[in-house]
Amino acid sequence: MAIKSKFTKRSDGRKFDEAREMDAKVGIIPSADGSAMFRSGSTIAIAAVHGPRILHPQHMQNPKKGILRVNYNMMSFSVDDRIRPGLSKRSQEISKVTEWALSPCVDLEEFKGNVVDVFIQIPQADAGTRAAGINAAAMALAHAGIPMKEMASCTAIGKMDKTLAVDVSKEEEDFSEGEGSTDIPMCCLSRTKKISLLQLDGKISVDELKEAIEMGKIACGKINEIQAKALKEIE
Amino acid sequence: MAILPKIQKDRIIEYLKEGKRFDGRKPEEFRDIEIKMGVSKNAEGSCSIKFGDCEVYCGVKLDAMTPFPDSGNEGILMTTAELSPIASPDFETGPPRIGAIELGRVIDRGLRESGFIDFEKLVIKENEKVWAIFVDIYAVNDDGNLIDLAGLGALIALAHAKMPTYDEKEEKVDRKAGLSKDPLPLDRDSMSFNLSAYKIGDSLVLDPNKEEEGSADYRISIAMNASKDGDKISSIQKSGEGAITEEDMNDILDLVSKKWDGMKAEVNKFVWGK
Repeated sequence: MAIKSKFTKRSDGRKFDEAREMDAKVGIIPSADGSAMFRSGSTIAIAAVHGPRILHPQHMQNPKKGILRVNYNMMSFSVDDRIRPGLSKRSQEISKVTEWALSPCVDLEEFKGNVVDVFIQIPQADAGTRAAGINAAAMALAHAGIPMKEMASCTAIGKMDKTLAVDVSKEEEDFSEGEGSTDIPMCCLSRTKKISLLQLDGKISVDELKEAIEMGKIACGKINEIQAKALKEIE
Repeated sequence: MAILPKIQKDRIIEYLKEGKRFDGRKPEEFRDIEIKMGVSKNAEGSCSIKFGDCEVYCGVKLDAMTPFPDSGNEGILMTTAELSPIASPDFETGPPRIGAIELGRVIDRGLRESGFIDFEKLVIKENEKVWAIFVDIYAVNDDGNLIDLAGLGALIALAHAKMPTYDEKEEKVDRKAGLSKDPLPLDRDSMSFNLSAYKIGDSLVLDPNKEEEGSADYRISIAMNASKDGDKISSIQKSGEGAITEEDMNDILDLVSKKWDGMKAEVNKFVWGK
């Protein structure tokens, strides 16, 4: 990068466009209709899919199509300072944006009055938990045999001072020199190449953001390959 | 989201194809903005803000509190939004639902990251006492685009707020002494507020009313952020089940940047009087 930045190299030796070592496995929870694990570096997410099944209470049913319902949660011991178990505003928001990220992929027209429940748990966190959760959940949906139009792959682009980097770690997320750190989680769809999740907090110019989105699309493509490979390995 | 007859949604989309809206506005045109200062004399700063019929009250309160253990040299910001049934038949009483939670959190992120509030100047005694700023947002009449009203309202309420009096001996706020004349430690060169683009049918729309909002596939809310080295973005949130094409993303960024350029001088003048 030509511009002088205070963030010159990554402490784990990665290139700026290089994601952490990733690992994916499908079918980890036998009692679920579909399940998967996704790991990126030290961040691990597991996801289970139950359904389609009749939605209760009945008044929540959609008579036109099935609904997707996501529940994201971090285990209390997944981070340095224990998280109080139970609903937090953060986990509720992430559940909702995950639902929005995955909705365009699934075709629930046939499942009137039904729900497809997705449960995501984070046993170990080192930033990028919503991304890992979405990657695991997308695989779990495919594993459950839910009709899908395309796959969803998610990563977080970071901007540390003036440098863009893919799949940031907690340490990078906490970078405070210069312009500090900007976090941009984004989810790309495999076929239409649309973006189904986009969030940002920090400080970034419009041009830098466009560059970050391009980087994210390439990174998501690589995640998609790992997801596809894991899905083909199902016994 | 409002229960909307399908026929009305189809008509909204059809109209927008020709660049028209029911109320005669252009797709990128905002409703008239009306702001009243001081909706509560007991608040450190407050205002009501209207875009057309949509109305939100914003209030700022401060309290002296123990800082968070990991940030003893910084003040605290807490932004909460309430969508009470007063504002819409679609809102219910009870604990906050996802709409209110998201609204509060998105406005919080934009303010926090913008650098508008100088958190270090909110320290009373390091690691022991800091000022906590509570920004509370109440929907009074929901007619769409609450998020842009909330962002602008929060900015204005903060800018007009005055610090409470602090009793050094008792180590707490002296409410009887009333508010001081000091404004909050704000950096007016880093002002920030949200502008949201809505994808309705094939069109991109700003400041939708409730019916238009109910017809949208997705919303992208962008907190634009003034800054000495060029304008920035301090937060983005995409909501809704639709997905964004690359072309739309570029159009949204252009649309929002343009709107920001048009509005920021006016907002600056209103807030700081120049």
